[in-house]
Amino acid sequence: MSVEQLPSQGSAPVGASAAGVGATAVALRGVSKVYGRGPTAVLAVDRLDLEVRRGEFVCLVGASGCGKSTLLSMVSGLEPVTAGQVVVDGGHRPAQMFQEAALFPWLTVRGNVELALRLRGVARRDREPEARELLATVHLSDFADTRPHQLSGGMRQRVALARTLAQQTPVLLMDEPFGALDAMTRDVLHDEIERIWRERELTVLFVTHNVREAARLGDRIVLLSSRPGRVVEQYPVDIPRPRRIDSPEVARLSATITDRLRQEVRRHGR
Amino acid sequence: MAVEVTPGTGSTRATTARELSGLDALEQHVGGDPSWASRLWSGLWPKVAAVSIALALWQVVVWSGWRPSYALPGPGQVFPELGRQLLEPGFWEAIATTMRRAAVGFGVATVIGLVVGVATARIGRLRVAIGSLITGLQTMPSIAWFPLAILLFQLSESAMYFVVVLGAAPSIANGVITGVDYVPPLLQRVGRNLGAGGLQLYRFVIMPASLPSIVGGLKQGWAFAWRSLMAGELLVVIAATPSIGLRLDTARQLNQAESLISWMIVILVIGILVDVVFDRANTAIRRRWGVVDA
Repeated sequence: MSVEQLPSQGSAPVGASAAGVGATAVALRGVSKVYGRGPTAVLAVDRLDLEVRRGEFVCLVGASGCGKSTLLSMVSGLEPVTAGQVVVDGGHRPAQMFQEAALFPWLTVRGNVELALRLRGVARRDREPEARELLATVHLSDFADTRPHQLSGGMRQRVALARTLAQQTPVLLMDEPFGALDAMTRDVLHDEIERIWRERELTVLFVTHNVREAARLGDRIVLLSSRPGRVVEQYPVDIPRPRRIDSPEVARLSATITDRLRQEVRRHGR
Repeated sequence: MAVEVTPGTGSTRATTARELSGLDALEQHVGGDPSWASRLWSGLWPKVAAVSIALALWQVVVWSGWRPSYALPGPGQVFPELGRQLLEPGFWEAIATTMRRAAVGFGVATVIGLVVGVATARIGRLRVAIGSLITGLQTMPSIAWFPLAILLFQLSESAMYFVVVLGAAPSIANGVITGVDYVPPLLQRVGRNLGAGGLQLYRFVIMPASLPSIVGGLKQGWAFAWRSLMAGELLVVIAATPSIGLRLDTARQLNQAESLISWMIVILVIGILVDVVFDRANTAIRRRWGVVDA
């Protein structure tokens, strides 16, 4: 496994200065992933190159089997790469959010956030105030002592976001975090994640199968091919923010990308 | 008031917050809980009814004259005898001795079961080696261990502990193994992403996630421990320290049927009370986790 530190940048605190904007936050160089061995081995990701600048919001889209999720897990270090290199700014593995909130059911909402703080090495007396602050960020102050099962899907996902922010990594990896939510909740959470990304000057690598969502959120959209995953095309998104998911500009861009995506899917048909 | 208007959407930070809290409020569950009195009653009456039916059946058998009353006394003779014994210090001493043995034996079994369970769940080779042996030990009737135990430890408490631990530890270990096996992989991934590795992952994620299954294993382990201990006290007679088993055996030798049956009732009641403790723990966990709504 080769997750290593960029030599020049050290472990700068989150959003330390504007000087770092434009510097590389995440770099994938010739990254491949093979599952299994011998004749049944599957090439999931093939010599993929990708650079994400500091402070950038990059969306990865692609059909099933394009290895989007695998890619994120290789960046966070949960999956080893078969070949190539993953370099992450600040050295430590980025925080990752999943489609399911995956909250620990034996802990309260605040307990979930505090566990992340504890594992980050935050002193006991500082954990509670910091957890409360993070819950305020996601507008869940009133639910600190609630148990996860008592919350709705959108609320759980916000707790997961607070827990992810508690890790205080400059890079955030999001694996279809809003995929299982209703459209209304998703819209509001788009506003939220955009605000938090901007306020905290985060770098976000966001995986989605929803092209409109990508056009709503991303500075750049990276289209991946399926089996094996490779970068097919990249689309800079120059629609001014804030955007609406139902705006004509977003619709136009997502139509273009969807067409290209369909072409990619047809390649696999007979 | 400074409102940060974001053009185009007309949405501000304040309106987003309002919208979120509106959505949250709509998601919250509405409705009251039944009062504690009605919950107590609905939990109590089926038990009262069941006990009454059992006592009635017992009385009917006695009245039928199937066995002479010196062999099978009715509730009318047994309960006064039980009441008389409750006032005797020897009664409580016997219970104390037995409960001490049960606690020590079960405690040792718990420690061994947890250690063996975690080790077996974690180390693949160990699992191949002893995984099925643990399940095999569970099916072994504990009374079959006693001849060997008496050979090894003579008629001593050690012989009882030997059998109690062998009876209870496999169930506890199996509970741990099952629990660890069924920890959702995603929770483990989250734990690892949060920076928990090795022992920390066990401490903060795997063990708490296995808790329901561990409690299940402890409950089953207790049942085996209690049975083994009763068999032990009947077989491994230590006349110097009166215990429940010893009193039961003495009652049989002296043909005191009322005393014998009242000791059996004591054994049953203790078993039920401990089981209630495990059930409470189980329900508390399930409620906290949201597996049941109650």
